[in-house]
Amino acid sequence: MPIVAAVLALLPWVAPSQALSVNILLYGLFATGFNLLFGYTGLLSFGHAAFFGAGAYGAGIALAHYGVGWFGAIFIGVGVAGMLALLIGAVSIRSRGIYFSMVTLALAQLVYYAAFQATDWTGGENGLRGLTVSVLSLGPISLNFLDPTTKYYVLFAFVMFALWLLSRMLNAPFGAAMEAVRENESRARACGFDVRLIKLIAFVVSGLVCGLAGSLNALHLSIVPIDTLYYQTSGLAVMMALLGGAGTFLGPFIGAAIFLLIEDIFSLWTPHWQLFVGIIFMLAVLFMPRGVWGTLAGWYRERRA
Amino acid sequence: MKAIRSCLTRRVALRGGALSLAAPAILSRAAWAQDAPIRIGFPTPLTGPYGAEAKDQVRCAEIAVAQFNASGGLKGRKAELLVRDDKLSPGEAATRTLELIEKDHVDCIVGSLSSSVQLAVNEITKARGMLYVSISQSDTITEASDFARTTFHEALNPHMTAGAVARHVFKPGMRVAILLADYAYGQEMAAGFRRAATAIGGIDIVLELKHPVGASDYSTFLPQIRASKADVVCICNFGRDQANSIKQAVDFGIKRQAKIVVPVLLYNQRLASSPDVFEGVVGGSNYYWEIENQFPSARSFNDAYRAAYSGALPSDYGAYGYSGVRLILDAMRRAGGVSADAVIHELDGAHYDTCKGPEIMRACDHQAIQSVLILQSKAKSNMKNDADLFDIVAIDAGAEANLRSCADLGHKS
Amino acid sequence: MELDLILAQLFTGVALGAVFVLMSVGLSVIFGMLGIVNFAHGAFYMIGAYVGIFVLTLTGSFWIALALTPILVGVFGLFVERILVRPLYGRGPDYPLLLTFGLAYALVELVRVVFGSDGVPFDTPELLAGGFDLGDLGYYPAYRLFVIAFTVLILLVLWVVIERTRFGLIVRAGARDPRILSVLGIDVARVWLLAFGIGTGLAALAGLLAAPMRSVNPEMGVAVLVEAFVVTVIGGMGSLLGGAIAGMAVGIVVSLTSLWMPQMATMSMFALMTLVLIIRPQGLFGRDDLAR
Repeated sequence: MPIVAAVLALLPWVAPSQALSVNILLYGLFATGFNLLFGYTGLLSFGHAAFFGAGAYGAGIALAHYGVGWFGAIFIGVGVAGMLALLIGAVSIRSRGIYFSMVTLALAQLVYYAAFQATDWTGGENGLRGLTVSVLSLGPISLNFLDPTTKYYVLFAFVMFALWLLSRMLNAPFGAAMEAVRENESRARACGFDVRLIKLIAFVVSGLVCGLAGSLNALHLSIVPIDTLYYQTSGLAVMMALLGGAGTFLGPFIGAAIFLLIEDIFSLWTPHWQLFVGIIFMLAVLFMPRGVWGTLAGWYRERRA
Repeated sequence: MKAIRSCLTRRVALRGGALSLAAPAILSRAAWAQDAPIRIGFPTPLTGPYGAEAKDQVRCAEIAVAQFNASGGLKGRKAELLVRDDKLSPGEAATRTLELIEKDHVDCIVGSLSSSVQLAVNEITKARGMLYVSISQSDTITEASDFARTTFHEALNPHMTAGAVARHVFKPGMRVAILLADYAYGQEMAAGFRRAATAIGGIDIVLELKHPVGASDYSTFLPQIRASKADVVCICNFGRDQANSIKQAVDFGIKRQAKIVVPVLLYNQRLASSPDVFEGVVGGSNYYWEIENQFPSARSFNDAYRAAYSGALPSDYGAYGYSGVRLILDAMRRAGGVSADAVIHELDGAHYDTCKGPEIMRACDHQAIQSVLILQSKAKSNMKNDADLFDIVAIDAGAEANLRSCADLGHKS
Repeated sequence: MELDLILAQLFTGVALGAVFVLMSVGLSVIFGMLGIVNFAHGAFYMIGAYVGIFVLTLTGSFWIALALTPILVGVFGLFVERILVRPLYGRGPDYPLLLTFGLAYALVELVRVVFGSDGVPFDTPELLAGGFDLGDLGYYPAYRLFVIAFTVLILLVLWVVIERTRFGLIVRAGARDPRILSVLGIDVARVWLLAFGIGTGLAALAGLLAAPMRSVNPEMGVAVLVEAFVVTVIGGMGSLLGGAIAGMAVGIVVSLTSLWMPQMATMSMFALMTLVLIIRPQGLFGRDDLAR
């Protein structure tokens, strides 16, 4: 946890641009939320775009249509994402394995199409606009949110708070219960765990974290594009978490940073950056099954042992 | 000098963030700004389905920059183009635009190839007082709620395009069916056809059918179109959807009973399909190289393109890249600086001719009033060469009457 | 609403259903035999169309292209299995899924590098150009009727191979429990290799057959991947019969939605899938041991 904080605090000074560091920060949080379910509980969801998007639209609609303040809008976004996660989670945890992935994918796609049609609320394909926050006022303090550095550290504070809560949860008995479910469901059940309840709680917490990432992303971009909800956004979370190391705390951030940096650097250099991203991804799956961070951490532990 | 100073204050405002680094940077920049190049950010979807259009936009934009530099620049200041891949995604475009403004300190943004991407860029530039020239179709961007005084819409808009096509195709007594993609572009085009039909009078719109964007199969929409017994079928969608839906409509014999009309007849989609499929299809366009016979500005643009790219000819969306960059650079030159206020002052109500004959930048909503070409796709047997794709049926001259009035758009006069 | 129109929609729906079946059969074969969710299915489909164009321009015959393309792409599939997928067996189903995800990413871009990002025209073979007037059902292109017939043929051949041959027996046993095969002294790796090759070959065949109906471009596989997933999941992963029935069902649902709520046509697929999965989490004909 302190390492994450230190690395992310320094990020804007080393990354190629401020906008990119914000993306790493927020997509890192998104992937962390996804990883809670996949890496710690063993449930591979293909529908996490729904929660990222629900957070973004929740916050965005509160800002643009109801004139809610930025702070309240973030909570509304997180709340909407949490409720959606409760709903989708309750339906999908009934199935297992690849069918779980498919149910989450299908439900998330329904959310996407619903948002696409609800043009009055979401702006449809044109995206939601009119939610630019230029000044953050919090009591007597007011900050220029258009300033990239200020913006980064405000978002950073939220992300850190969420990560702190998460790490508390993972170190509590509930964290162990989640991993028990991942390792062997029947055994966990035999040990007296309520497997369904654990899965559902993990699902909802995961949705809340992704919702926060989405809300913050709406503030950052000052728009909510419809593809926030598209299944490719879910795929992004999967790729980032796996690339960095599923089931590790820092992994998703490393994955998000590697993915976005590669994309940024290669897309300046060649229009065919997808070729390289695809190849690097395959190599990672083949040779780093525990992800970049998981593998590095493994080496480190072996050398110490 | 005044212009340069106000440009500097904007830079200072933007740089204020990097506190510790800011002071020396501003000092050195102040001394240097006089001959620092004018930087134009150019987000365009180099990857993805419109890669070919995007690449041509870049080629054309580079010609505009080269011509500006060769003719002395802005009092010796050269221009440079910073091309960024927006991947056709509004989120990515917003990020790239932020980067261009915050990190690359561009003086203006030109570009975008979809309605949603330009609205995303517009949202960023609007909040930061950054000049933006949009070069893809949208009715929304000039409406009061999205309007920004710093944004100029150099592309055609759906209302003008569909209106012009309708005026040349619709005749009283006709039955018209509209197949539209269910998103802003399709809906705006369909609305344009509907308004034109009402204005012409005596036209029966017998069917309006929405299809999901990116549908891969159109066969399930065709029985209704066939049953509508329409004389004209307007297909309002873009790119791959256009190529796909026209091909399937032709396979299912729609052409045997009705004329197929599209709001925008795309140069690259026609190239990617066979001429037999598109034969006889009528549609609008912002640019087709053959107008060089009417307009000297088109000839000199084509000649520059031919010279730069070994005899090739620019595409319709490519021409937007040229006219967008040309528009802003010429205005900067006239304003004698790059400050947003001075450039806006030059552009409001400006009369200009970049590559397609006379245009006027309407002051109230920043929409370029310009001509719409009405094209018809040629039969394979009539094509003289690979670039000889269309007949110019008519040139619908630009007129303010063809636009929605600024009051309609919600602007206070 | 006229009855004629509803009938025409039903017919179009069944015909579209056959196309869906064709597009999903390769995915279903690979899942049913190897338990791998092949995310590169859409990419193999797209490559089928491009390889078809390549063979067509070389030989000038659609029929030679039709015969050669599945073999060429199938062989490519063999290499993919041997080099990329095989090291991942035993690591759980997530890893092959992710690998094929990356592979699809790279293959689509590779095609853009080689053939450009614009689409490529592909004309209907001359023998099958034109169409038939089917009375109240309207005019129907001959080529689509050919594709439907061809799909039925492919399904029949697959059924015979799986249910009536020794190879089919081995495959069925392997799908139940690979350990049985090892005990019997059969080289499981070779069976899987072949199954993967057949699956990719079928994907390519579908892509080539689709080329004259839809436009050929690097992204043509994206929508198909989604459609194939929906059909396969509704039918029950790995079940040929389930896939065929699900394809028809999806075709009819899409077609009737196009009539009454046209803009929801794509969404209706997902709605159907959600409904089926809520009622039967393993799909219509899927084995329930994979779902619970």
